[in-house]
Amino acid sequence: MTGTYLGMPAFPQAARDAVRDPVLRGNLRHATHTIRAKRARAVGELSDWAELREAGRRIKDHTLRHLDRYLVQLEESVTAAGGTVHWAADAGEANRIVARLVKETGESEVVKVKSMATQEIGLNEALEAEGIRAYETDLAELIVQLGRDRPSHILVPAIHLNRGEIRDVFRSEMGAWGRPAPEDLTDAPAELAEAARLHLREKFLRAKVAVSGANFMVAETGTLVVVESEGNGRMCLTLPQTLISVVGIEKVVPTWRDLEVFLQTLPRSSTAERMNPYTSMWTGTTDEDGPRAFHLVLLDNGRTDTLADQVGRQALRCIRCSACLNVCPVYERAGGHAYGSVYPGPIGAILSPQLRGTGSEIDASLPYASSLCGACYEVCPVAIDIPEVLVHLRERVVEGGPAVRQGNKVVLRPARGHAAERAAMRAARWVFARPGALRAGQRLASRTRRLHPRALPGPGRAWSGTRDLPAVPPEPFRDWWQRTNGGKDGTE
Amino acid sequence: MSSRDRVLGRVRRALADVTPDDRPYEEAVRRDYLREHGGPTARRTVELLAENLADYRAIVHRSGASELPSLIARLLAARDAGPVVVPSGLDEGWLAAADVTRIPDRAESTPADLDRAGSVVTACAVAIAETGTIVLDGSPDQGRRRISLVPDHHICVVRVPDQVVSSVPQALERLDPARPLTWISGPSATSDIELDRVEGVHGPRTLEVILLG
Amino acid sequence: MRVALFLTCVNDTLYPDTGRAVVRLLTRLGVDIDFPTGQSCCGQAHYNTGYRHGAEPLARRLSEVFRDYEAIVTPSGSCGAMVREVYPRMGERARAEGRGDTLARTLAPVVAKTYELTEFLVDVLGVTDVGAWYSHTVTYHPTCHGLRGLGLGDRPRRLLEAVRGLELVELPGAEECCGFGGTFALKNPEVSAAMGADKLRNARSTGAEVLCAADNSCLMHLGGMMSRLRTGPRPVHIAEILASTEEEPAV
Repeated sequence: MTGTYLGMPAFPQAARDAVRDPVLRGNLRHATHTIRAKRARAVGELSDWAELREAGRRIKDHTLRHLDRYLVQLEESVTAAGGTVHWAADAGEANRIVARLVKETGESEVVKVKSMATQEIGLNEALEAEGIRAYETDLAELIVQLGRDRPSHILVPAIHLNRGEIRDVFRSEMGAWGRPAPEDLTDAPAELAEAARLHLREKFLRAKVAVSGANFMVAETGTLVVVESEGNGRMCLTLPQTLISVVGIEKVVPTWRDLEVFLQTLPRSSTAERMNPYTSMWTGTTDEDGPRAFHLVLLDNGRTDTLADQVGRQALRCIRCSACLNVCPVYERAGGHAYGSVYPGPIGAILSPQLRGTGSEIDASLPYASSLCGACYEVCPVAIDIPEVLVHLRERVVEGGPAVRQGNKVVLRPARGHAAERAAMRAARWVFARPGALRAGQRLASRTRRLHPRALPGPGRAWSGTRDLPAVPPEPFRDWWQRTNGGKDGTE
Repeated sequence: MSSRDRVLGRVRRALADVTPDDRPYEEAVRRDYLREHGGPTARRTVELLAENLADYRAIVHRSGASELPSLIARLLAARDAGPVVVPSGLDEGWLAAADVTRIPDRAESTPADLDRAGSVVTACAVAIAETGTIVLDGSPDQGRRRISLVPDHHICVVRVPDQVVSSVPQALERLDPARPLTWISGPSATSDIELDRVEGVHGPRTLEVILLG
Repeated sequence: MRVALFLTCVNDTLYPDTGRAVVRLLTRLGVDIDFPTGQSCCGQAHYNTGYRHGAEPLARRLSEVFRDYEAIVTPSGSCGAMVREVYPRMGERARAEGRGDTLARTLAPVVAKTYELTEFLVDVLGVTDVGAWYSHTVTYHPTCHGLRGLGLGDRPRRLLEAVRGLELVELPGAEECCGFGGTFALKNPEVSAAMGADKLRNARSTGAEVLCAADNSCLMHLGGMMSRLRTGPRPVHIAEILASTEEEPAV
């Protein structure tokens, strides 16, 4: 992925700083709790939510099972409607295609619609290296770009900042990128939105090239769909002469009718609205309305590797709503940056180690960044069983085994750093397979119980840094059971 | 090998374990969800549209055909926001009473030209009651996509009950995917500051919907 | 009906009182309960930490020990979910790995007849009033595997509401995870402790004397934090409350 994330420390270390930052904790708690209650209300309005969720799952699974067929059909439909389709096997190739297309227009700047795919491939940095300036136009992306920050949420990349911090970024940084923020800018959200409106207006009006992603691509018709709120998407999709959309191959759906499911489940799951303010749908190019040239870059970048995994492939159903982030107790405390990826939270913890592999320290630690509480699965509008995939990826980390990387079959070796754990697991299995040994261990623990400390030194501090050990009882249950004949001979 | 072949080859190898489902698509994917929620009368559907539009801060007006020109004139005069963009196929009578400078929707206009307009008046293709959404499809009475975007004030006329459907599935049935479509649910908004909704960013900050019937 | 108590390794070793309470409660309700001493561990910790293959022999063992009983009752939501949700999945994975149906067939007999304690009481025995008496203010934490894995719903609450003398108070943010998560508590200790601290703050805000749950592993984590901070409420397994009577009150 992008250079920004190279050398990220493992999740537990990265999360530690966030846990100890009271402002960040407050910002995340406030934002996630606000949206949780609203999502529950928006979802509760639809009596057939479970059926919509199930249909969404089925549509996505069916599409993934026949992905080659639908990608070819999509290519035909887009081409017939006047668009040009490009294929990119990885991030580098996608970036080269976009840079070339921009250069062919003779322009040196582009306006961008918020897009996870272009963040994933590090497009802005790649364009910068080619002398092309990319302006983010989504409010939160603008905040992140101005603040030279990293996104921490799929939907609201600046969720880690509160209104006062956003005002400070606008005041100090806007001037260097264009129209400065008003002198007397306060932290009122309406004023902040107004400052962004004025700052970006000049960029929209002069832009000749736009780059977007898409929420959905319809194979049958060649239609692309962008779901947004602010109108920056519409600006980018309609004012410039050239539009380049970079879209992951898993975003295809077979038919026009399929949108009736996702246009009900996505807005309610993401911003907790019945419908988001703006949805744009376009099919190729339209004479005298909107861009004259439309390019679609279909991106693999690890998606086919993910597709090859029988358990992990369900992650490709994701429609990037971010409901799982908003409900996740780990995300709420650790924040998005700790996940070391543009995809944070529960979905990030199963997506990043599949798209990027489990080779790096951060990616090998992400499958463990969950208490497996299952809240993510419960809210997921396409029923991705995130806990199941997390456990599956833990297995890949500790046991290794067959996987696909860059389209090639490989056999992964067990990750280092799990030797002690592996030995403990083996020892436990040995004991549990022999009730005699288990009983001997239990009795030894009971007999020596007065000597047990309530806290442990060394690695044991992971437990007893904050918690006392439980007191060991005078006898294990099985001894009581045998001694009293299951309580029939008196309970004591 | 082209990247197209490489990606498609990877997809096919990744799916080696999967048995293809050769049933027709509509059979392969069962849909047990509702076509609409509630199935109310036409009158109640229009009420729901009005409620949901207002809930997301659109300003809703009702009008008969005869009062429409004076209502539009009044709304534009109250804004006093400068020239008004007019789609080529808009019913001429709608603006008959308005004393405003008109900017026609022309291909050669630049975005900067449009930025000088204060308002735009359009019709719509369909409106969705359950979500409080109006959909524009670029027909002559709605114009190019950008004209309902750049001006800060959008007046949209919905013919009720003919143009109103209950639900998203019903709306998609009525729409032509070959046309450029814009779904609008209230004025532009953002949830980017503390995940709380604030109205008014890049699109029109005022959306007025006239239910004509 | 031949009913077996699947107590779980954690309860057997550290929380025998919970086991004794289940025996007392079920005996009082006329159930002839057995504790097969061949039982040890369901393999949950292995499985959830990524050692699926290491969990398989434990799962096979559990199935062999319990397969002939008509019902298997466990006072642990997470171990119950392990058998009911994960065992079928383990069978499927073995099949996908080309190892045939053997594991799936071995594990199948215990899957459908394993019940978490409150499920067994409400669904199988059909009782919500178990004749208990417990004179304390109690707040209930629905543990994640019980709530979202097994779908226990309002069963525990209905059982507690029928206990005489017991005042049940609402736990704010009840459905949020307490931060235990098995090895999560060790691998991400800071986040785990932060989650636990928030849970405790909510529990204390209720003013309840007792924090009740249907899983001792979560209570071990929360109880360990409370013991360190020398603060309440007292962690108590639901079985101990339901077993308590006026004649023989729980301590």
